[in-house]
Amino acid sequence: MTGPAAPPLTGRITGPDSMTPRQAAAQPRDPVTATLHPATLPVRVMPAAGGRLLLPVPAAALRDHLARFGPPPFRGAPGRLTGEIGEAGLTGRGGAAFPVHRKLAAVARAGRRPRAIAAGASRAPVVVANAAEGEPGSRKDLALLAHAPHLVLDGLQLAGEAVGATTAILYLAREPATGEWLRAQLAERAFAGLDPLQVSLASAPARFLASQESALASRLSAGPALPRYAARGIYERGVDERPTLVLNAETLAHVALIARFGPSWFRTAGTAAEPGTMLCTVLHGRTAVVTEAALGTPLRDLVNMREAQAVLAGGYHGGWIPARAAAGLRLSNASLRPAGASAGAGVLAALPEDRCGVAETARVTRYLAAESAGQCGPCLNGLPRIAGALATLAAPRAADHVLADVIRWAGLVEGRGACHHPDGTARFVRSALRAFAAEFRLHQHGRCSAPSREPFLPVPPPAAAPATEQDWI
Amino acid sequence: MSRPMELRVDPVACSGHGLCAQLLPELIVLDEWGYPVLASRPVPGSLLGEARRAVSFCPALALRLQRVPGDLQR
Repeated sequence: MTGPAAPPLTGRITGPDSMTPRQAAAQPRDPVTATLHPATLPVRVMPAAGGRLLLPVPAAALRDHLARFGPPPFRGAPGRLTGEIGEAGLTGRGGAAFPVHRKLAAVARAGRRPRAIAAGASRAPVVVANAAEGEPGSRKDLALLAHAPHLVLDGLQLAGEAVGATTAILYLAREPATGEWLRAQLAERAFAGLDPLQVSLASAPARFLASQESALASRLSAGPALPRYAARGIYERGVDERPTLVLNAETLAHVALIARFGPSWFRTAGTAAEPGTMLCTVLHGRTAVVTEAALGTPLRDLVNMREAQAVLAGGYHGGWIPARAAAGLRLSNASLRPAGASAGAGVLAALPEDRCGVAETARVTRYLAAESAGQCGPCLNGLPRIAGALATLAAPRAADHVLADVIRWAGLVEGRGACHHPDGTARFVRSALRAFAAEFRLHQHGRCSAPSREPFLPVPPPAAAPATEQDWI
Repeated sequence: MSRPMELRVDPVACSGHGLCAQLLPELIVLDEWGYPVLASRPVPGSLLGEARRAVSFCPALALRLQRVPGDLQR
């Protein structure tokens, strides 16, 4: 059976806000307003020794996947896989690192609980593979879906069985090439009779928060992809009010492997507290390199520390770590969280010596402020103020009071949103104040020590900032 | 003994009327944009009456008094 070829691994957005590399190069070079569109970053997949998901020879086609792994090993009844996932110690790879077996158990329990419902309405759980990857620097889910899509699709079916789901959805960034290709893969699986659950595809708007769980549940219930504040979690009341299991695409691929090879095998990589491997997107020069590493791998084995002044770990809700400190840290939350960063969804970047950490932070914060859903007062008011103050400093314009403002506002937005966007943004900003303390002091006096004004971290153009609810559909 | 009660605000519904801070200054102050900042401690028994009053007076129905939630409900 021939279908569309695996999608090219460059870029992700093909809507009106995408830019050609030439257009991107013609953008203004103001350190704060300059954009480096993620779509212009070529993606390179680099399988590493000890890899499990990204093997040197991709199993993108179903026959290769079946030859390597065989069909998904169903357990025959809900709940049976949950204990094994718990023994494996698998945590979510979308950024929050929540224990997967607890989600499985909670959704299965909610699905069994009787509740008065409208006639004909279903209470059976929904399972969602989350591959929306709203983080601008992240390409790992896109790469995984191109490299080994059937691990993700096996995982979706296995997780669906574990919670007794009757509906399965693959939630994807809006990329026609990837969508078309996955549709072809799903058709092949249907032809081979592999999937008990029919999988439908849903597309996510190109927004940072579109992959947030409650935003996803809202979008898949035919609403806008806006985070929701709810007394009950989506594990109880999610898509169409049904108990909903949302797992990141990579997490599902790990589920597919644990179901085949078992918890002890899974634990042969990683640390005792954080077992297994995770995919990372390392932003390196103008390339995004997707690779796989065991939890606990030294950061210096993953990013180029030479000529780096600081490392960003955990993406734009993660944190900056000064290079000297980062050299002694590892890819794990146990190592990174005390340093004010996290493993997150595996986005890593080493800021070269010639760039300005203040300008990079101001640029990303400006993007994060624009990506606020604007629903919660503290986030709506605080993030733009933080971004504005950082832009003043980045210019650089002498201002000695604004740093105190930034610190106060960061404290004021934290923990006060319906989602964790304000918390993540505050964490990112605080980490910058620590990592670039000397540079911030210089900027307070109107000076900047960086020879280059070239933007380093990818940030989509501000034209993409949401204005109406339509922008979230 | 049952779990203690705590105040929570639905930050999407809250539009910063500020009534709650007037009715319950012991546990609620307003930030510089007029949105409530809640004390992180549980509501002491002596203030439960005032807390219920603040909840019922919230024009946006955004303030809630609830039991300190269990694990997966955060």
